[in-house]
Amino acid sequence: MENQATYNYKVVRQFAIMTVVWGIVGMLVGVVIAAQMVWPQLNVGPYFHFGRLRPLHTNAVIFAFGGCGLMATSLYVVQRTCNVRLISDKLAGFVFWGWQAVIVLAAVTLPLGLTSGKEYAELEWPIDILITIVWVAYAVVFFGTIAIRKVKHIYVANWFYGGFILAVALLHIVNSMEMPVSMWKSYSAYAGAVDAMVQWWYGHNAVGFFLTAGFLGMMYYFVPKQAGRPVYSYRLSVVHFWALIFTYMWAGPHHLHYTALPDWTQSLGMVFSLILLAPSWGGMINGIMTLSGAWHKLRTDPILKFLVTALSFYGMSTFEGPMMSIKTVNALSHFTDWTIGHVHSGALGWVAMITIGSIYYLVPRLFNREEMYSVKLVETHFWIATLGTVLYIASMWIAGVTQGLMWRAVNPDGTLTYAFIDAVKASHPYFFIRFLGGFMFLSGMLLMLYNVLRTAFAGRPVNAEIPAVVAHA
Amino acid sequence: MKDFNSDFWGIYIAVIVIVSMIWLGYLVVSQSKVKLKKGEKAEVTGHKWDGDLEEYSNPLPGWWVVLFYATIVFAVGYLVAYPGLVAFGNVWNWSSTGQHAQEVKKADDKYGPMFAKYQAMPIEQVAQNPEARDIGKRLFYTYCIQCHGSDARGAKGFPNLTDNDWLYGGDAVKVVETINNGRHGQMPAFGAAFGEEKVRDVANYVLKLAGKPNNEARATRGGDTFKQVCMACHGADGKGNQSLGAPNLTDNIWLYGGSEATIVETITNGRDNVMPAWQAFLGDAKVHLLAAYVYGLSHNQQ
Repeated sequence: MENQATYNYKVVRQFAIMTVVWGIVGMLVGVVIAAQMVWPQLNVGPYFHFGRLRPLHTNAVIFAFGGCGLMATSLYVVQRTCNVRLISDKLAGFVFWGWQAVIVLAAVTLPLGLTSGKEYAELEWPIDILITIVWVAYAVVFFGTIAIRKVKHIYVANWFYGGFILAVALLHIVNSMEMPVSMWKSYSAYAGAVDAMVQWWYGHNAVGFFLTAGFLGMMYYFVPKQAGRPVYSYRLSVVHFWALIFTYMWAGPHHLHYTALPDWTQSLGMVFSLILLAPSWGGMINGIMTLSGAWHKLRTDPILKFLVTALSFYGMSTFEGPMMSIKTVNALSHFTDWTIGHVHSGALGWVAMITIGSIYYLVPRLFNREEMYSVKLVETHFWIATLGTVLYIASMWIAGVTQGLMWRAVNPDGTLTYAFIDAVKASHPYFFIRFLGGFMFLSGMLLMLYNVLRTAFAGRPVNAEIPAVVAHA
Repeated sequence: MKDFNSDFWGIYIAVIVIVSMIWLGYLVVSQSKVKLKKGEKAEVTGHKWDGDLEEYSNPLPGWWVVLFYATIVFAVGYLVAYPGLVAFGNVWNWSSTGQHAQEVKKADDKYGPMFAKYQAMPIEQVAQNPEARDIGKRLFYTYCIQCHGSDARGAKGFPNLTDNDWLYGGDAVKVVETINNGRHGQMPAFGAAFGEEKVRDVANYVLKLAGKPNNEARATRGGDTFKQVCMACHGADGKGNQSLGAPNLTDNIWLYGGSEATIVETITNGRDNVMPAWQAFLGDAKVHLLAAYVYGLSHNQQ
């Protein structure tokens, strides 16, 4: 039991490094498909066609980059805030290697065209089963560590991580109910509108729990840590946590406005999506207000810049989301690139930025260094990433609204003013700007990899000692 | 149409939704009791994690609480107007299908007279009218170019509509019939019945019919087979049969391509070609204008 006096940083290190690696892979595929939209001749062969690379991009950035980031930080935070080593090093190791296996299998099967055809749940049934096993192991490690904690109160970050882990298990299992017909082909257990509803109940909660609750957990640890300030309001944490995880569960139908989904379901989906605005902003307020008294740090600390910018984008996209779920707005925005812009203001602006900031916080501590190899490079990364995100979002807003308006424009005789291809032609310049924005974001990640590796090689892997529990009232 | 067979589900949904709304409201109320006095600073809660992590017990921001309540109030109002609580019925009788029907009616009222004017004219005459042709072209751009192309010259498997070569006939009545009811063109597969050699023989005869270079010996043998089998649809002279949609093989106009390899492929595997029916979707008035446009594509040039 010689390890008992230290935290398990090994699994955190593994996940942290892979966060950067998979981030680069996933975003590279994103840049490739963005380029395919600009230059369609880049669609080569069946394996590297847009239709197969797009799910590879989404799976890689969400589950590989985002997933590794969440696992790295959650396993770090749960140890540090419970004052105890992970309940099982072996199981933690299994979670790491199991999750990498899932990612590699996804990277192989998706280009081969093996897909169950459900968005963000494309992986076929054998991989679905592996995901389930790894996820249960992850839950055991996380909640097991909570169970043996040395601190009575459970820190707010762990509520969010815990909610994310439980909800994702539920979502994955229910949505992946399928009947295998062969090793690599299965059919959904649901049919028609029910299948669509289950899919988007899953789909929107993948956003709500994987991409929001989990990353809010990250925010609640790394923002107050980096700012050196207490969390703004415990009460706000309580209200927005429960309201957020409760209300997200209802929001899925807004993906199915004006479809065969019954009217009452669409109405409920819309109003609960609107109610989601306040609980979402609760998180943003709590994060940003934590900085009161430490605003000056923003000038010099690029890590804090990442974290606070992430919160700003979070606030922006969680305002945009409820607006887009209003049926009249949705009638314009649905199926346009506005949706792509919205997703990326969340994915690049919020998810990626909060992750990047947190990893920059972690890496020196995991490798026994005072700070990153180059703080200047972190600063450069921040500006490239911010500019890239803004280019991406702004171009997709313009393209999306243009498409929506062109599709609905009618002549005095009631016929459509524009053929579909006209809207594609009008979008083309914006596709290029989007490609540029994505490319910049990817370049920033390459800087990060260099910086992380230099930091790692300059230092040495350490497992920090577990300090004595601070006495509290 | 009702969404459920039993009234139970309406109550089930309504109860869950109402309890949820009340619970969300209670959640905010429960944490709103403590307020700071003017100038008072919030205390930390007293819990500490990981050395220095603490929390203030600041009250909920007032504007945020108002926002939260406002969305709940809006939700209740919306659910009355656009029913979400199934048990409470439909106060203003709104439904998405009803809304759609209303919009369709509005459009019909607005555009109907213009379409009716042209519908009263014979297609040949409409085809000469520039305004009608513009409308027809726009309809074509919306519904037809996916297969026939924006220049109406078709693609492999999709007929060229500008060359005055017709599979089913190009007079006004036939064009309307094609658009209204769609077409299903089928050529049976002869690969198994003929065998490879015989297929190539027939293919060479088809090349000969079209006046293209061919293998004389094969074409002669193929001609015998053609007269026994193929002529049933394509006619003894190979000029096709418009009542069946059997193409004319002598005009060197090809739906799938006129190379020997492609013809061999066609004979071996057959072809199965579908044009969808549009009458129910577009209605007679629009079909009339579309037919006139298509008719004009080839007839106006003469």
